[in-house]
This record gives sequence, C-alpha cells and structure tokens, in this order.
Amino acid sequence: MNSAESTFTDRLLGRVRLSGLLSLAAPVLAVVFAGAVTSIVLLVSGDPPLETLGVMIDYGTQPRSIGLMLNSATTFYLAAIAVAIGFRMNLFNIGVDGQYRLAALIAAAVGGAVVLPGPLHVALIIFVAMLVGAGWASIAALLKVKRGVSEVISTIMLNAIATSLGSWLLNRERLAVQVGNNIGTKPIPESGQVPGMAIIPGTEYKVFGLIILAVVVGVGYHVLLNRTRFGFDLRATGRSESAAVASGVNVKKMVLIAMIMSGAAAGLIGMPQLLGASYTYSLDFPTGLGFTGIAIALLGRNHPVGIAFGALLWAFLGTSSEILQIHEIAPEIVQIMQGTIVLSVIIAYELVHRYQITAEQRRVSRELASGTPPRAEGASV
Amino acid sequence: MEGAVISTSTPAVELTGITKRFPGVVANRDIAMSVRQGHVHAIVGENGAGKSTLMKILYGMQRPDEGEIRINGNGVHFRSPSDAIAAGIGMVHQHFMLADNLTVLENVVLGSEPRKGGIALDFGSARKKIKEISDTYSLGVDPDVLVEDLGVGARQRVEILKVLYRGARILILDEPTAVLVPQEVDELFGNLRELVREGLTIIFISHKLDEVLSVADAITVIRRGTTVASVNPRDVTARQLAELMVGSELPSPETRESTVTDVVALSVRNLSVHSPGERCVVDGVSFDIRKGEVLGIAGVEGNGQAELVEAIMGMRPADGEIRLGQEDISTWSTLRRREAGIGYIPEDRHRHGLLLEAPLWENRILGHQTRRPNVKGPWIDRAGARRDTQRIVEQYDVRTPGIEVDAAALSGGNQQKLIVGREMSGDPVFLIASHPTRGVDVGAQAAIWDHLRAARAAGLAVLLISADLDELIGLSDTLKVILRGRIVADVDPQNVTPEQLGSAMTGAGEAA
Repeated sequence: MNSAESTFTDRLLGRVRLSGLLSLAAPVLAVVFAGAVTSIVLLVSGDPPLETLGVMIDYGTQPRSIGLMLNSATTFYLAAIAVAIGFRMNLFNIGVDGQYRLAALIAAAVGGAVVLPGPLHVALIIFVAMLVGAGWASIAALLKVKRGVSEVISTIMLNAIATSLGSWLLNRERLAVQVGNNIGTKPIPESGQVPGMAIIPGTEYKVFGLIILAVVVGVGYHVLLNRTRFGFDLRATGRSESAAVASGVNVKKMVLIAMIMSGAAAGLIGMPQLLGASYTYSLDFPTGLGFTGIAIALLGRNHPVGIAFGALLWAFLGTSSEILQIHEIAPEIVQIMQGTIVLSVIIAYELVHRYQITAEQRRVSRELASGTPPRAEGASV
Repeated sequence: MEGAVISTSTPAVELTGITKRFPGVVANRDIAMSVRQGHVHAIVGENGAGKSTLMKILYGMQRPDEGEIRINGNGVHFRSPSDAIAAGIGMVHQHFMLADNLTVLENVVLGSEPRKGGIALDFGSARKKIKEISDTYSLGVDPDVLVEDLGVGARQRVEILKVLYRGARILILDEPTAVLVPQEVDELFGNLRELVREGLTIIFISHKLDEVLSVADAITVIRRGTTVASVNPRDVTARQLAELMVGSELPSPETRESTVTDVVALSVRNLSVHSPGERCVVDGVSFDIRKGEVLGIAGVEGNGQAELVEAIMGMRPADGEIRLGQEDISTWSTLRRREAGIGYIPEDRHRHGLLLEAPLWENRILGHQTRRPNVKGPWIDRAGARRDTQRIVEQYDVRTPGIEVDAAALSGGNQQKLIVGREMSGDPVFLIASHPTRGVDVGAQAAIWDHLRAARAAGLAVLLISADLDELIGLSDTLKVILRGRIVADVDPQNVTPEQLGSAMTGAGEAA
C-alpha cells in the first residue's frame, strides 16, 4: 500500500493531497472542462455561449444579486460542512436533508411557542435545531454501530421517514397554524428573529445575520479537525480504520460522535432562512439542501475554504439563472452546468492524481536506475 | 534456472527478467522462472517477498516495468486479466469470489453466460458442460445447489471449476490452503493431481513448506523480490527450503550478554482467541516476559501469532488473563493499554502502523494521541509533535527530505525506523515487535536490531514475533515455538540451530 493504491473514494473525498502546482491544476482543468460542456449544450440549443455567460455575470454582479448570492451561499455552506464532517471519516451522511428539515420544523415550532429575551430566544431555537438534527442522525449512527447497517441505506430511508413525519407534524391539529392560504408553524416573535444586515453598498437588500454563524461553523470545523485530538482521531479513522484501531481509537465511538456532529451541523442549515426571513416553517420552506450540500462538499473537497468557494459558485449560478428566462434561455442550463462542474471536478482530480502517480513512479525508476543499486523490498500490494 | 527443468516440450509459463517497481520500493527484481506443462509448480516465499506482485503480473493485474512473459513459447503482454484469461490463465483467489445466494451453475456462468437465440440464457448446455468438467477432473460439483449451502472446500472446487469453465489450462492458486482444514487440504491435493494428470499446469503459491513438499513437482523460491532458487522437491527438506526462504546473507543479530531481570513485566495466562468460525486460533497460551528480556515466538506463519499479538493489544476479544506489571489489563481498551506503556511494532506497517497519506509528524502522533509532546489537553500540540518527529528522524536515522512529507513517500526501511522510534518514545515498559525487519533493507535491519538491543539493555520487555530464524535466535533470551495456536516447545536460543528450530516449527522433529 502506497500512494499508488489509495482508493478512488480516498481521492474523491480529498483525503489524498495533491502537491504544489498540481493542486491548482485540478480545479482549473475542471472549470475549463465544465465550460466546454456547457458551451456545447448552449450551442446545441441555439444560444450563444459567451453572450449567455456575459448576461449571467452582468446580472450576478449587481448589488442585489450579490446579496441573494451571499444568502444562499450561507445555507449551502452549512449544508456542505454537515456533509463534510461525515465524509472526513468515510461516513456518507445522505440524511442531511431529512435532518435539517425535521430540525427546522421542530425548532420553528418551539421558537413560536415560547417568549424569551432576545439572544436567549435565538440560542434556544438554534439549540433545539441542533438537538433534533443530532437526534435524527443518531438513529442511523446507532444502527451502524450496533447492527452494522450501512449509514447510506439508513439515512436515505430516514429521509423518507422525516418527510412523512414532517407532514404529519405540520398539521393544524398538531404544530401548524393557518397563515394566509399556507400552513406553517406559529411565527417566531421578534425576540427570536435575527435581523439582516444591509452591508452591500448600493442596495437595501439585507444579508442574513446568521452569515456569521456560517463563518463560525467553518472556523470551528477547521479547528476541530486539524487542531484537536478528536479531529486527529476522526481523520485517522477516515484515512485508515485499521491503523486507527491499532493506535487505540475506539472506532464505534467515533462513528457515533461524528454522525451526531454531522446531524447537529445539519440542524443549522435551516436557521438563516428561518430566523432571518421566514420566521415560520411552512409548506414552502426550501427543500433538497442536503443534496446540494453533498455536491458542494465534493466540489470543495471537504476543505473549509474550498467549500466556501464551492458554495459561492453554486449560489452565483443559482442566482444569475434568474435572468436567463428574460433572455429566453432555458434556466435549466444552470443545473446542467452545476452537474458538469461536480462531475468534472471529480474527473479532473482523478486525472491529475494518476498523472502524479506515474510521474512519481518514473522518478523513482530513474533514481533507482542511475544512483544507488536497486534494493528489493517486499511490497505488500 | 534453465537447467532446473530439463524438458523437451516448451514450458507452459516462462518468465525472464521481470521487474516491477512501486514508488519507494522494488516489488519484483529480475524474476526468472520456468513452469513445465503438467506440473504443480510451487512458488514459496515469506509474506512480502513479492509473490503476490508476481502473480498479479502473470494474471494481467499489474504490468511489469521490465521483462518478458512467455506462455507456451509465445511472448505476451497482458493489459488486463481478460487478456490473461484469453491466453488460458485462470486465477483462484485466496478469498472466494462467489455470490452466496446464487447456485453453483449461476456462479460459474456469471460474466460469460451462454446465449441461446440472442437473449435467452442457455442453462442447459452450461449445466452439461459443468457436469462434464466436474466428472473429467473428479471435482464432484453439483451445478444446482446454492453456494451458501456449500462448505469451504466445496466452494474452492467451484472456484476452480469456474476458471476451468472459461477454458483455463494454467491455474494460479493463491494460498489455497489458508482457509482449509487438514482433511480439506488432502482433498484439494487429490483434485490438483487429477488436474495435472489431464495435462493442466498449476502454479501454487504458499509459504507452508510441508504442504508444498507433498504436492509440488517443482519449487521456485522467492526472497526479497527475486527468485533465489529453483529446486526439485525430492532433493530438499523442509529445513533447507526454510533456509532458502529466509536466507543467511544477513548480518547476525547477536545478543549474548543477558540483561534479564527478575521483575515480570508482562504475564499472560491461558490466553485463547476464537475465530468467527469458532475455531480456536490461539489456544491456552501462557508466558512471562521479564524486564530486560526478549521472548521470541517462532512458528510458521498463520499459526496464531497475529491473533496472539492482537489479543495482547486489545484489538481482538480473547479469554484468559493478561497482566502488565501488577495490573490485570485483560479488560482494558487498546488506548489504555498503550497509555500504560505497551509499544507496538505491527506486522503490517501499512495497515496497522501508518497513515500513509499523512505527513510524518502526524504519524508520530498516531498511537500516542493522548500523550505529550503530541497533545496539550484536548489540543494537538503541532509544534511539540513536529519537534519530537525531528528528534526521531535524527536519532533513528530516518532518511527523509523532511517531516512534512507523506509516510508513503518513504521506503519500507525508513517507514519502519520511524515506527520503531515512535514506539520507543514515551518510555514503554513492554514492546511487541512483530516482524520488525520484514521488508526492510539490510542497513535498516541492522539499525533496528541495535535499537531493540539497546532498549532491552535499558530494561524493556520485548515480545518478538518473526519468521526470520536467525533474527529470532540472535535476539531472543527465551524462545517458544507456536504451532496451531499452542505453545508446543521451549527452546534455548543459545544452543539451537535454525535447522532444529525449523523442524520444531513444523511439529516434525524434537526441540532442542
């Protein structure tokens, strides 16, 4: 086992690091490739690629669009971090989607039911959301630890259960009230709201106050993983479970904790929207963010800064797609673009990695052939 | 090599000058061998000697950097296993690749289903063909039973039938007896003789010498990545074969001045480990290791050594009592045992000893992630860990461009020196050294021996597991022989020869 034998999953989840310029080559390659594919699709559908891109950039860089973009990026970022916590340990928490929806629903209901002084009210709602997300994720974690059930399967099924449970709870006999022609939880009073910030010059549009939460979570994620003993154990388990066991890591405990943390982070996903805009969990609360999170975590290779770029790119594409319809270009082109980017990032990293392996092998061969006489050593391959 | 097989027919397989390099190591170097048609040709060598790599090359899973492969006299270049299959080579893997919930017939045809009229599957003709093959070679395989109802021996015969069904005339069997009980081994050998009688060629990979001697028509020995001898099984004894496998080119690991004290550091009583199949892999093992003592465990690999070590480390459930000093540690976690001062040089450093894709200083933390200088409370002390890694690199002569490079970039010997340095830090009271010099170059080997000797002189208790008999005899103060999970003999390392030890290991001769 050497770098030549790291698995595809290792490379997919960014546990294998590329060195020097190569680490830049991969994303550049990916963007170029995604651009090429999108251009072909645009040409086929009869739209000029460059002008389309120009229109999107024009619209996307207007102050209001930037505000919109930052707001969706905040949510995306939290979703991707929740997914990435699991990824770093080889846990595929597909259930982030169900976790955040259930967490937002129950947190909204609790927030609407109580009245507390300002910051305390907000803290309670966020705490409840994290608790529900963690609780829902812990079901999958316990099933894996106690019964060996793959977390991929159980979290997918728990998503479906969360959907049903959500619609059962969101009923006027239980947690919901009639709001206009919609039903939702009782609106959260002002003490539980987080005001937006008009920080972008040239527009009144307000950025979610909880964008700060996303920054804190990102920094916390980085510190936890890279600076703490717990993070070391978590990364070690992700890199080599057998080596982690031999070093004294209790892998079952790590699975449990990592999954619960991933779920707690998932609980935060709905908070910027809930406390900064909707104030109620109603039928039109955004869905599917958990899956967007998976794509962005892959795009950002589980790195807190990489994920930030991924979230911004995703949000930019989403926001600027709104203008396309006016120019009679199908906005679905953006989804094609997003899909292509994820795919090409994965392929680009794989290609660059393979190049690195062969380059390394050539270098070793050259050194062995020229310099010191070759030593034969057992390679357990 | 050529002279070893005198034959008028072309060899079924001929390898010349096969070399395969991986970053940091050469897995195969200048391999030359010739397998005669209709022979059972055994390839023997220690784990890590390069047998698997060679077989992967022959089966098209790896491409050699240099060298030539000839099948029935024709040069070939395999790009994938399907090329090898097309050339009539079949591989029976050590771990069966069968779908339990399908029948034998379905498993055999899987991937090369016979068609009838375009889409329909022609199970009839497949069943007929399987019966034919089974009868020709007396395999006794019934095509219509579910694989999950079959025992291990029968599953292996299904695997053999599967490759025969695909037209293989040359069969590679990778450690086929590892999973079998003795009666099944006998049956397998009966089947193999049937196969060669019908003109098939079998390449048999093993490190179990008695089995090799009983079944092979020719033997090639691999050591440290290259073929060192081709011998006729009628002309050699298990002892001579063991010597060829282990080699005697190495510097002698002499340790003569006894440093053994009276203080027992580790005591093991009636330790038993059961495998999932309820087989007893370690059976009532007891021993004491005193401070300043090296206890060597000799044995043919796969006789319970790995399980014994994992039980002492707390990585595997076991019955019995383990005491470290005065304390009963039987119920402790691996982490607690490590914290109490057990160091561990694992047998497979890539699986258990290193994070290959992590820098050296992170590898320094591994296994010591609760102790200074690596951590301060819940925080990783990066500066402290880096400083101490630098110390290990200097003291243990780890050849590396720096402590930020990934462990995978180092050669095996330097990886091992890093592990030895790490496990010696933090004042261990007891060290498990499992094959400490396997797969390392001669220079690193001598250095590692020096470190073990120095630690022993400083009062460390060491459990040494090795397949290298010179290493065992040279380093150990006390030697025990393990066979089928039991300690079967105590040997005085002062007065024993590798030959005597070799026969004690196979349970054949009398211990000294």
